[in-house]
Amino acid sequence: MAPTPNWLRRRGAKPEPQNDALWEMCPSCGERLYKKDLAERLWICSRCGHHFRLHALDRIALLADGDFHELAPLLATGDPLTWSDRMPYANKIAGDRQKSGLLEAVVVGLCTIEGVRTGLGVMDFFFRGGTMGSVVGEKVTLLIEECARQRLPVVLVTASGGARMEEGVIALMQLAKTTAAAERFSALGLPLITVLTDPTTGGVSASFGFQGDVIIAETGAAIGFAGRRVIDQTIRQKLPEGFQSAEFLLEHGQVDMVVRRTELKGALGRLLHFLTDKAVPA
Amino acid sequence: MNVIVELEKPLVELETKIAGLKKLNETQRVDFSAEIAALEEKARQLKLEIFGNPTPWQRVHLARHPKRPLAMDYISALDGFTELHGDRGFRDDPAVVAGYAYLDDLPIFVIGEQKGRDTKDNLYRNFGMPHPEGYRKAQRIMRLAEKFRRPLVTFIDTPGAYPGIGAEERGQSEAIAASLKVLAGLRTPVIVNITGEGGSGGALAIGIGDHIIMLQHSIYSVASPEAAASILWRDASRAEEAAQRLRLTSDELFEFGIVDEVIPEPLGGAHQDPQRVIHDTLAADKQALRKLLRLSQEALVDRRYEKFRRIGAHVELVHDTAAR
Repeated sequence: MAPTPNWLRRRGAKPEPQNDALWEMCPSCGERLYKKDLAERLWICSRCGHHFRLHALDRIALLADGDFHELAPLLATGDPLTWSDRMPYANKIAGDRQKSGLLEAVVVGLCTIEGVRTGLGVMDFFFRGGTMGSVVGEKVTLLIEECARQRLPVVLVTASGGARMEEGVIALMQLAKTTAAAERFSALGLPLITVLTDPTTGGVSASFGFQGDVIIAETGAAIGFAGRRVIDQTIRQKLPEGFQSAEFLLEHGQVDMVVRRTELKGALGRLLHFLTDKAVPA
Repeated sequence: MNVIVELEKPLVELETKIAGLKKLNETQRVDFSAEIAALEEKARQLKLEIFGNPTPWQRVHLARHPKRPLAMDYISALDGFTELHGDRGFRDDPAVVAGYAYLDDLPIFVIGEQKGRDTKDNLYRNFGMPHPEGYRKAQRIMRLAEKFRRPLVTFIDTPGAYPGIGAEERGQSEAIAASLKVLAGLRTPVIVNITGEGGSGGALAIGIGDHIIMLQHSIYSVASPEAAASILWRDASRAEEAAQRLRLTSDELFEFGIVDEVIPEPLGGAHQDPQRVIHDTLAADKQALRKLLRLSQEALVDRRYEKFRRIGAHVELVHDTAAR
């Protein structure tokens, strides 16, 4: 029997995942990408422009001018419900710490962006899906309060599946806590800028995510209140093309701009300068 | 299927039997009073057995019971309720009712999440799941309350904000985020009553207030037990287990300091004696308002900030145990 011809072998066969140490596959176009190149290109696919999800520390390195003073670095969850599902919550957290090198799903601190001193909070989807529990709520609140004291603008970069199930209603209350801080901050006339990255849904989009004075969405990010799966199950009809993408939200008036990762620092810098520079007297 | 309705079936049978005997007792010359007394005692025992100590899952179903008093039942018990409609942008959302009324002699604004009583009504009310325009209507009413210095009283009863195409297109996230923000800084007293289901962000959107009251068998949760089960185990049928773990009952929330006051319900749930429950709830609202109205606007808003500021369970580690 003749060997299977190439064209037949390829058809319908799924490209094999190449998640080894050196190579990464683009989830959008399937291109096999050399990890080192990918990291140098800010985790953007060289073939299709797909923006990979970014780790919090990489994002901070991308945005800060080279200084970053972390606040509340050692806050950890108290596991208020002593939760366990498929495994104890404490074990999940321990695993995420190992994998991500972070203690929690957000890193907050003070830095400069294009010369403007600012508070910066960055969420990390690789830690518990970026979900907001007590620690994320507390750290975001502390950042906003500190910036209120120092009269600094705040930039929050979101990436989150929403409130953290494992902390129950205490996680839900973090929406209220962070909102209250953002509301006070806003009343001082200070700018809150939010950058919604892939993905931003649920309790984070429904609190500080959409409380920014200016809301930036990163190219290609999935953004919404309900997850696609939930909407699918509820309405059981075909979702429109590009539904819940950054571009879809722009079209529907939900965000101010969609910005590519390569342009993000520049866009933030210009905005921060515009909002905080002393106006030149006429 | 509502597990409480199922549990109630023998009770309902027994009560029908008692009613029948009572009728016979009146119309016939035979004395059935001994039998009636015995059956009534049996019904009481049965009630105690079924409802004496409901599990979290049973309480989820008490909160969703088709006969449970709904937001409008509380609101129409107020004097002179006048409904105010619309978000001024898109449409009037029937899942949110709002307006003004008098709590005895006290003029108040009210907002409630409204479920339907039957299928037709539920389709109209979208099962109490608001769209963005519902929350935007609520924001209008919140601002009116502040402007005219009237307290705001809210009634929470929703499975959650509606997850649909239109809701996403019109900014469900923004609508909830904005409602939270308005409430957080509102310079007038806000009383929150959780009367049925407190479903996640869609509930919290009218749930930031100065005094949080919860009915004994209401629930309040980060996600419905079904949603939590499908997220955690990818299996919605494990909802009962999720209900157990989520700590969504009034006693647990009171312990956490998230709820300030719990209104006891009659044995078997609020629907066994709606008038009493509605009366007790409104009386609690009034008592809480009397205290809050003595505070200055600044003190009120500071107090509300602190109330939510302290909620959280975090610890400060001595060493960084992550692998960075």
